[in-house]
Amino acid sequence: MSYQEPDPRGHFGQFGGRYVAETLMPALLDLEENYKQCQADPSFQTEFESYLKNYVGRPSPLYFAERLTEHLGGAKIYLKREDLNHTGAHKVNNTVGQILLARRMGKRKVIAETGAGQHGVATATVAALFGLQCDIFMGTEDIRRQSLNVFRMKLLGARVHEVTSGTATLKDAMNEALRYWVTHVRDTFYVIGTVAGPHPYPQLVRDFQSVIGHESKQQLMEAEGLLPDVAVACIGGGSNAMGLFYPFVNDASVRLIGVEAAGLGVETGKHAASISAGRVGVLHGNKTYLLQDEDGQIQHAHSISAGLDYPGVGPEHALLKDLGRAEYVSVTDDEALAAFRMITEMEGIIPALESAHAIAYLLKLAPELSPEKVVLVCLSGRGDKDIHTVAEAMGVDL
Amino acid sequence: MSRITSTLNALKARGEKALVTFITAGDPDLKTSEQLVHSLVESGADLIELGFPFSDPMADGPTIQLSSERALAAGTTLRGVLDLVGRVRQHSNVPIVLMGYYNPVFTYGSAKFARDAAAVGVDGLLLVDLPPEEAEELHPLLTAAEVDLITLLAPTTGAERTAQLAAASEGFLYYVSMTGVTGSQRVDASAITSAVADIKQMSPVPVAVGFGVSTPEDAKSIAAIADAVVVGSALVKLIAEFSGTPLLQSEVQGLVRQLKAAI
Repeated sequence: MSYQEPDPRGHFGQFGGRYVAETLMPALLDLEENYKQCQADPSFQTEFESYLKNYVGRPSPLYFAERLTEHLGGAKIYLKREDLNHTGAHKVNNTVGQILLARRMGKRKVIAETGAGQHGVATATVAALFGLQCDIFMGTEDIRRQSLNVFRMKLLGARVHEVTSGTATLKDAMNEALRYWVTHVRDTFYVIGTVAGPHPYPQLVRDFQSVIGHESKQQLMEAEGLLPDVAVACIGGGSNAMGLFYPFVNDASVRLIGVEAAGLGVETGKHAASISAGRVGVLHGNKTYLLQDEDGQIQHAHSISAGLDYPGVGPEHALLKDLGRAEYVSVTDDEALAAFRMITEMEGIIPALESAHAIAYLLKLAPELSPEKVVLVCLSGRGDKDIHTVAEAMGVDL
Repeated sequence: MSRITSTLNALKARGEKALVTFITAGDPDLKTSEQLVHSLVESGADLIELGFPFSDPMADGPTIQLSSERALAAGTTLRGVLDLVGRVRQHSNVPIVLMGYYNPVFTYGSAKFARDAAAVGVDGLLLVDLPPEEAEELHPLLTAAEVDLITLLAPTTGAERTAQLAAASEGFLYYVSMTGVTGSQRVDASAITSAVADIKQMSPVPVAVGFGVSTPEDAKSIAAIADAVVVGSALVKLIAEFSGTPLLQSEVQGLVRQLKAAI
């Protein structure tokens, strides 16, 4: 199979597209044009790679989790250590790319939405590096549970706008960022943090994040001389998963598994499993699977992990699901917490709660596979930011 | 000839400008909205824009966001809004345009929506987040049902795109007066005079201007340059203030009379 998505108008099959107010259309067409030029310009790629190497600290290690492998008694487990990037998560790969693009377009102001705060921190960091004005939109509920990241963003010189509307989480932060962008579109670049939003964002975020999959493929080839049998990543909007999956999409032997947040359980209705339990609709500029009621009103997502607490998913995942190329599963808050503790105790790696969802599925999957199989898992971020949430869940008063 | 076209043509023939009024259907409830539509028409509104609520109104400022929340809390659905139009249509020939976001229409089903909207007497549809590039599924269905899909143009729309979209517009063309969300700033007619004049040259249909028009003075300044003036947030604010009081209908009528008199 030769996979080439999106089409020239930004559609991934029936998904994706550009569902935005007319005020934003010219900015998106302009962004698309500029991105095409950068793709064709070797100096942009060189600049991007140079910052990834010298500033982000890439390549990130591919780590053989020996104790976990032995404990589970099945497939060999390799962890792609995106938690070791500067700022502590995969998000920075994309913010470096987009902000380099913004600079080429002559924009001096950037905005971003954030849920867990990782994308906000990554955006504020790269904005500081280049001396750009930075405004971050974050829901009240997320500000409460991610106060450490809020302070980090402020230290980095960003203004953090508290979003109180709607459910006061990531979806509402994105609404507010879009409203701000409509008002300031002439001089402001919107750094979207995931593979969602209007075209060309799902494509360019995927491309910038694909470094995860490309490196993993090469590193695993060096370590084992083969492709992984399975690649696993957590999914909120789906940027670390898309970055991991994309370089393997044409390798039919590689199973791709995205792990959504089942929150309190998909059957309870309190979850964030848009692909597993959603329906097709249009939100935030793209057509995709959404959590919504029968009248097309968007429903509240729920996850213990702020970064997965979103009622939609990137349109390319929606396509991969429909094509049957990727599988999508979900794990609950409790399962993610148990996985968080296990990998912390067994490997000395404290993962982000988002990444703990991928680990939680791994705990079910690996024992079912024979020892000659290899599973590649994206450890998308580190867990420092989640210590308070985990303590609260464990009933520990810090 | 459609109700939109005949109404706007008749006004033009009399040398009058059209007053377009927006309210959110279902705020505070559909029954009150129905009475409000009649009040709007009686006091001088020439065309009714009826918002159907969406949970995530990305292009709206706080006034219409809160209005949508109230409407949803009152249980308003797109089907309920269509039924409201059907009831109004039994008594009135006022052109009615539904305005909102695409997802409720998509979820309702595009073909079913086009059929049902035409059946109850909806004249046009304005979808904030459905640019012409994404309208390929819905537009032919609306055309077949003789429901106009209203084109929006913004100050950021470039010359080539403006010419292209203006030429294809139907019913009336809606020019967004500023880069911003609804109800956020006051309109400045002098800043858009030449843009509106250019668009009028290119458009086969009358040009309405909205966003930031809240007072009779604003309306007057816009009426001097456009064929129609759209007022939304100012009315929605008044409805929020007087909802549940006996003054609601008279307050709304008072503002509409002043607006109509000013243009």
